Amino acid sequence: MRSYLSDRMGAALLMAPLLLFLVLAYAWPFLGVVKWSFTLPSPGLGQYEALLTDDLVQSVFIRTLRIAAIVTVVSVAAAYAITVVWVRGTPAQRLIAEFCILVPFWISVLTRAFGWVALLSNRGLINTWLQAIGFISEPLALVRNEFGVIVGMTHFLIPFAVFPLASAMRSLDDRVLLAARGLGSSRMRTFWTVFVPMTRSGIIGAAMIVFVFSLGFFVTPAILGGGRSVMIAELIYLRIFQSPDWGLGAAISVVLVLFVGALMALLFRYVRPNQLI
Amino acid sequence: MQQPGRAAEIKAIGIGKSFGSFRALDNLSLDIGRGEFLTLLGPSGSGKTTFLMILAGFVQPTEGRLFSDGVDITDRPAEQRAAGMVFQGYALFPHMSVEANIAFPLKVRKKSAADIKRRVGEMIERVGLKGHEKKLPAQLSGGQQQRVALARALVFEPGVLLLDEPFSALDKGLRGQMQAEMKRLHQETGTTFVFVTHDQSEALALSSRVAIFNHGKLLQVGAPDEVYDRPDNRFVAEFLGEINMLPLKGVRPSDYGSTGLCEDRAVSMRCKAEAVRGDAILAIRPEYMSISGEAAAGENGIAATATNSTYLGAATRLDLTTRQGAKVTVSVPNEVAAAALSKGNSVWLTWPAEKGFLLPHGGQ
Repeated sequence: MRSYLSDRMGAALLMAPLLLFLVLAYAWPFLGVVKWSFTLPSPGLGQYEALLTDDLVQSVFIRTLRIAAIVTVVSVAAAYAITVVWVRGTPAQRLIAEFCILVPFWISVLTRAFGWVALLSNRGLINTWLQAIGFISEPLALVRNEFGVIVGMTHFLIPFAVFPLASAMRSLDDRVLLAARGLGSSRMRTFWTVFVPMTRSGIIGAAMIVFVFSLGFFVTPAILGGGRSVMIAELIYLRIFQSPDWGLGAAISVVLVLFVGALMALLFRYVRPNQLI
Repeated sequence: MQQPGRAAEIKAIGIGKSFGSFRALDNLSLDIGRGEFLTLLGPSGSGKTTFLMILAGFVQPTEGRLFSDGVDITDRPAEQRAAGMVFQGYALFPHMSVEANIAFPLKVRKKSAADIKRRVGEMIERVGLKGHEKKLPAQLSGGQQQRVALARALVFEPGVLLLDEPFSALDKGLRGQMQAEMKRLHQETGTTFVFVTHDQSEALALSSRVAIFNHGKLLQVGAPDEVYDRPDNRFVAEFLGEINMLPLKGVRPSDYGSTGLCEDRAVSMRCKAEAVRGDAILAIRPEYMSISGEAAAGENGIAATATNSTYLGAATRLDLTTRQGAKVTVSVPNEVAAAALSKGNSVWLTWPAEKGFLLPHGGQ
């Protein structure tokens, strides 16, 4: 009983630096961006009108949503398979899975993007080998397009999908799986009708995280898209740093932040934050 | 465990199970009769649950063979044995409604939709869950979840129903109610029931036979009154309920059964002194002992002093010490206890010859 109150104050004190940092380094500057979107180049809603009419902006939005959706499906599916091995495999399998999940975390996103360029480009490893064994005569276009972007982003995002899935799989009662088998259900059937539905919250959490991250991806699409597969973050960058079109860039930013915020709100209706790690 | 609707007969021969260096089960042989209600009773870690898991097919025995209706099923995986099973904590599918939980084993067996609907409906009626069909397990009380688990395990008419401490999470009143219900389901279905518990009163109340386990060994199997009144060894005697033990000297067979000296008084037992000669222990359940002023000639009795009493409502529990210092507990009518305590000194403890039995001196 000593100190419910003082514990709460202690917690508030511990959180204060982070909150202060977020306000000073993020929220406050963002208010500036919001202001630009309504004032540059001239005051009014002009930039938002442009958003609705500009074909380039619209096509980038649609491409971003499409890539994010594909990356989400592929990442969550791949992460699900890895997580099953990581959580329920033999000790040796667990070790290998853990290695595969954690090592990418230690390598910078930039390094990984260039790594994929080295693998996927016309004179990269994959095309060279496929030509060497005579499987193809002309190199396949694996990079500087949407395919390359999807590969690079999926690779980056799989570990982020693993944690919510692992948390859901770990909290699952083994006896329920035994019960299913005892009632005559094969391992396959038990997996699809019991195991997967019981990890639903993990799947939703993983999908939301990957989708939200995908929407704001910058480095990977910039490098692996080669300027031909531009996503929203890159478009904002181009509008602000390469063409003096700060107002439009700011308006796109505001729309992106609102969209992501809405998704996060939806996410936390389905899963508790502690299920995501 | 194969033909639906027909109770299975199970035979275990020399079953053993080791987990690393831990011996969970040792050389267990046991016949489980068609339609019987067998309880596996023992303290935790005694091997009873391991045996149940071996019956279900979730655990592979390291030695021995298991037969169901004469067919060797030792290597058959759990999903093909399809014994009905009720787990501790019920293990219901949390994402499925009551109805879907109960329909699961039928869907797995690819029954027609009409057949499933009919059988699930019947089962829901039978376990008294009408009106709860669409609820999720989390919306049900413990007793209701228990009923769903029973219904799910019985709906496909398995040859045997395995129950792993199904009542351990229920409060006492509900427990009694569910026990009665389970007994009724056993009679109605005629299925072989194998039930694991560590609660001896539950075991005695429900079963047609009780198998008592300790340290991975099956110690004794028999009808409840058989194991209660004539336990083979000290562990079984003590595990099944309170018991008084008096040292006995000069045990030998007699025309009647056997005789011996208890605190220098001749006592007789109906049981034969086969394995036991010379020194032994005379064991008598508290409820079979009575208190009197003087032991009649030829009656079994020893002198003791009452030291303490505990009022239990219907009766009083009286603690006594014999002349040679043995502690004895009896359960007697309240006025008898009061009288014994007020006398302050010696009373006589008597018991009928057929209620005392011999246990080997020392050890188990």
